[in-house]
Amino acid sequence: MTAVERTGAPPPDKTILDADAMARTLDRIAHQILEKTEGGADTVLLGIPTRGAPLARRLGDRIRTFADLAMPVGTLDITLYRDDLRLRGVRALEHTDLPAGGIDDQRVILVDDVLFSGRTVRAALDALKDLGRPSSVQLAVLVDRGHRQLPIRADYVGKNIPTSMAESVHVRLSEVDGADAVILTPGGAR
Amino acid sequence: MIDHLLSASDLDRETATLVLDTAGEMAAVSGREVKKLPTLRGRTVVNLFYEDSTRTRISFEAAAKRLSADVINFAAKGSSVSKGESLKDTALTLQAMGADAVVIRHSASGAAHRLSGWIDGSVVNAGDGTHEHPTQALLDAYTMRSRLGRLEGLRVALVGDVLHSRVARSNVWLLNTLGAEVTLVAPPTLLPVGVENWPVQVSYDLDAVLPKLDVVMMLRVQRERMSASFFPSVREYSRRYGLDVVRMGLLPEHAIVMHPGPMIRGMEISPEVADSARSTIVEQVANGVSVRMAVLYLMLGGIA
Repeated sequence: MTAVERTGAPPPDKTILDADAMARTLDRIAHQILEKTEGGADTVLLGIPTRGAPLARRLGDRIRTFADLAMPVGTLDITLYRDDLRLRGVRALEHTDLPAGGIDDQRVILVDDVLFSGRTVRAALDALKDLGRPSSVQLAVLVDRGHRQLPIRADYVGKNIPTSMAESVHVRLSEVDGADAVILTPGGAR
Repeated sequence: MIDHLLSASDLDRETATLVLDTAGEMAAVSGREVKKLPTLRGRTVVNLFYEDSTRTRISFEAAAKRLSADVINFAAKGSSVSKGESLKDTALTLQAMGADAVVIRHSASGAAHRLSGWIDGSVVNAGDGTHEHPTQALLDAYTMRSRLGRLEGLRVALVGDVLHSRVARSNVWLLNTLGAEVTLVAPPTLLPVGVENWPVQVSYDLDAVLPKLDVVMMLRVQRERMSASFFPSVREYSRRYGLDVVRMGLLPEHAIVMHPGPMIRGMEISPEVADSARSTIVEQVANGVSVRMAVLYLMLGGIA
């Protein structure tokens, strides 16, 4: 299931996580967050648009169910902090929406769909610095596909997927794409 | 995404909406403790002002600085321009200095357009003669949208010196693009030739128009551009086209009052109206910074 073909003819698209597996994975991450944060007090979930935002909301929903705890959930747009704007061209801005209490002295858990080069997370750390002073910052990702370009590591990983640079990982979420799945496609680096 | 911003008519509906949406996100930055983004670090924006306009210059300067761009202010007064240097030579100097964007205010209509042909960087028209002032129109549209929730179908009147007003011209094009209905209200002498070809209605009677409006935008009477008499007296102008409390009472409950500034209190608009809760004059200034941040980001954020 997790074996990755690296040679020969391009393999067909491969579903790494289907909807059920994704649900179980998010259940596990939610439990891990509660465990690692010792009950989840003074903790804020911040999703990075596009797909990090619904993932953060889902984790927030699970944590409410599992621990009867309303962990604040927000979104953090990092577009204006990207270091590749000049290379890739401008893009429309997403919305930054911090929880009412802000992030000062909170444990902030950044939530994103795929961890790849680490540059998005670096930009998110810069953005956080301008928005307040969290007591600590953690990172939760649904998929870690490797190929880091910066010394960044996730605290919570849904699934490690060893990939080649030629492959791309597509996370599909029902809120954005109509269905839940993680798909590995050959060719076309993300 | 945008190469230059020379005229409000350069913007199609999609692009104009993108600018307004982006400005909405930029406005959030202005409400933060750290009002600074690293987005345009290392880019240079030149404010090239041949006409005095502290308000517009400061607004562009604040916008560029909040995006971390370097800002060079160039006032023509006391520069080589007063020694006779042409716009083209000034442009070439700016080009040599590596300006990524030039914000130009000039008394000659079309100056911004000429400048865009001489330099590689982006050009923003910050007012050229009696022609256009597109970022003002964008900030006006932004203000209307944030107060009234929409632009489509809004009934807007531009009142006063339409002839000399670049604000009016840019507003007509932009509001038309965004689906608002525009009525120009002015004495016949202060309407431009060819206004019948504009996508607007024209009226000489302010009182008749007011009850149907969502927005009334008072224009400044530009005495400095008037070489002849366009109306008999200030008093008469004020009586027929000025907005006082009594006249404001004719507006529907929800309608807002706008003015691009600087206003001449007592002539175009009475102090009570200017300071009323319906007036968006101070809001327009704040929105100006957000809109200009959006324009600079969309022009300079991407591939140089």
